[in-house]
Amino acid sequence: MAVGFDEMRAANGQVRPAYLVLSDWLKRVPPDVLDYRRREAETIFRRMGITFAVYGETESTERLIPFDIIPRILTAKEWAFLARGLTQRVKALNAYIHDVYTKREILRAGIVPEDLVYQNPVFRPEMNGKPVPHDSYLQIAGIDVVRTGEDKFYVLEDNTRVPSGVSYMLENREIMLRLFPELFARHAVAPVENYTDELLATLKSVAPLSAPGDPAVVILTPGIFNSAYFEHSFLADKMGVELVEGRDLFVKSNVVYMRTTEGPKRVDVIYRRVDDDFLDPLVFHPDSVLGVPGLMSAYHAGQVTIANAVGTGVADDKAVYSYMPEIVKFYLGEEPLLANVPTWRCREPEHLKEVLSRLPEIVVKEVHGSGGYGMMVGPAATKETIELFRNKLMREPEGFIAQPTLALSTCPTFVESGIAPRHVDLRPYVLNGRDRVRVVPGGLTRVALNEGSLVVNSSQGGGTKDTWVLDR
Amino acid sequence: MLSRTAANLYWLSRSMERAECLARILDATNRLTSLPQADSETNEWDSAIATAACAEAFRLNYEIANEQTVTEFLAFSPYNPSSILNCIETARQNARAVRTALTVEMWDAINGAWHELKRFENRRLNRDDFSRFLTFVKDASLAYDGSAYRTMLRNDGYWFSRLGILVERADATARILDVKYHVLLPEKERVGGQIDYFQWASILRSVSALTSYYWVYKESVKPWLVADLLIRNPQMPRSLASCYENLTRYLDDLAQFYGRQGHSQRLARAMLTKLSNTTMDEIFQGGLHEFIQSFIAENNRLGNAITEQYLT
Repeated sequence: MAVGFDEMRAANGQVRPAYLVLSDWLKRVPPDVLDYRRREAETIFRRMGITFAVYGETESTERLIPFDIIPRILTAKEWAFLARGLTQRVKALNAYIHDVYTKREILRAGIVPEDLVYQNPVFRPEMNGKPVPHDSYLQIAGIDVVRTGEDKFYVLEDNTRVPSGVSYMLENREIMLRLFPELFARHAVAPVENYTDELLATLKSVAPLSAPGDPAVVILTPGIFNSAYFEHSFLADKMGVELVEGRDLFVKSNVVYMRTTEGPKRVDVIYRRVDDDFLDPLVFHPDSVLGVPGLMSAYHAGQVTIANAVGTGVADDKAVYSYMPEIVKFYLGEEPLLANVPTWRCREPEHLKEVLSRLPEIVVKEVHGSGGYGMMVGPAATKETIELFRNKLMREPEGFIAQPTLALSTCPTFVESGIAPRHVDLRPYVLNGRDRVRVVPGGLTRVALNEGSLVVNSSQGGGTKDTWVLDR
Repeated sequence: MLSRTAANLYWLSRSMERAECLARILDATNRLTSLPQADSETNEWDSAIATAACAEAFRLNYEIANEQTVTEFLAFSPYNPSSILNCIETARQNARAVRTALTVEMWDAINGAWHELKRFENRRLNRDDFSRFLTFVKDASLAYDGSAYRTMLRNDGYWFSRLGILVERADATARILDVKYHVLLPEKERVGGQIDYFQWASILRSVSALTSYYWVYKESVKPWLVADLLIRNPQMPRSLASCYENLTRYLDDLAQFYGRQGHSQRLARAMLTKLSNTTMDEIFQGGLHEFIQSFIAENNRLGNAITEQYLT
């Protein structure tokens, strides 16, 4: 596999212009100062209770995501390009979901195979032909982007259900501002803290027509044992909206209310951080206590907006991903700005054959997997793992896709041995309101802290960095 | 405000207050049992369990009450839902559930206490360690209380957190008084001996009122004056009268804020009236034990009324 593109040093060893000041600063700052700041950051994170739970671990159920104090820098030009591409992609995704639950033109045109929709476990027949306010399905998307060269950006994955991590984007910036004011003074870094304002504006813009002038927005959380609970409460706090659990809500005459100390209050928009399956026990899992009985009926009656809409998962499966270039062209009549990683669909015999012959050099992913689980990175995998995936692929090829192992870009990272390049990706958060699409400059940069590793997920030993988009 | 948020604030404060009460009971008991005359027929450890109102749960887990079993049960037992350990655990869970309704300072106080607690868990503590542990619990409660007092907006959230503390505190004071009076006033009523003095002093100490006693009454410790201080004296922050003065006040604040009076306001006001209109003579005539038992029942009723009116 090729040597990755380093975002600080170009191939010729020269420091790229965006990194000139930082590189100079890194050369002069003593390592123990960096180490001290790193520990300070950790203390702040811990004190603020910014932790996440790792499923399947009983020991310490609350852990910190490692935070790397060296920022990643993107130029205004790079960002402008990304923002245009992300906006286009999210519009296309919304159009696709709308189509899937209404006219299904894309299926009839034979562009996306029908079984990818109908056989998909997250396809929600309950949504067939049901209107949603303003035909808006996808309000909050996390689009994972990787880079392999000066101008080479690829979308790795679209997250269209309940993408998380945005609180880290915001807190990372907060902490960097506290720890390195002198660095900010020497860079024109575009702010990200307006994200929560933009989110609130987006959510209010999709309120049902029956809502009053200033619609009531709430965040619906599964509760404190959810791994992203910190984020749910963080966002509620910054937006000044109530953080509710299922039991705080009830439905009467198709209107949703929350229980307050002053009696019932009407709710118009629910930013839900609960999966479809648990939203309404009358329609989905009957034994779920996380949801609200009758919510779907209020939803279908057009009395409440659920964001993201129910059933948006049909757009973030990895098999659908491989059709994204065609999806963009179909709905928008435009060439896609952001490229897809070339993808083999193992459901197609030709592709499967190719994949099986190249297992040790490629990446295989479960179509419905997420969070770095259920995937195999060929060059890093043991013989046993490769054979395991070979068997899986032969048994159930439609459950997998495969991609060439990309030489992800690297960024300077503070690790035990000092400052060294580590692989990164980027998850920008795209807000798609009725009025317009909003993308705050930056996103969450995830970094694979282990040398050579390409897996950036926090559940697999990944960390995060602050992402700076330079204003000029 | 969400009812659940209010409930979490209420129970968070109740749990922290309860942890502190338990620490005080254990502290006082430790002192009493280290006296040289401690060979009396009463078992101080039994009375600690009775004061903490968990005799039944204790008997399910242990045969006899002694320093080791009672300390373990009241302080660290995971099987006692209101051990100090569980109180702080519950408080933090409530706090996490309403993280946004707390100020940073309050969260720091609770989260810090919870992390600190880990240092004492699963470790055999000698008496010195244990006394440090009790100090830590009292400090944690003070830090929580103080940070709430100094940093919270004076609105419904604050009032609910106060109500939790006061309902718990009234209950604790009543129980301490009840149990000790039972133990200390046998038929003969031979009051005034050395042991009695330390016993009474220990009651006062367990509600942090020994010094206050001297300031108020300016004489040696007398049982009826102790009862007077803890029941009727509104200057004494842990007295029943003071608790109800404040309960009435905060419930009135809530009623005004929401524009509606309810059952809990009426209950609190009735109790306040009763406490200020009844003399100690009348209380003793009807029987102190009976008086306190009826107080505890009324106090529970108020807790239920608050729950019904606001927290569900």
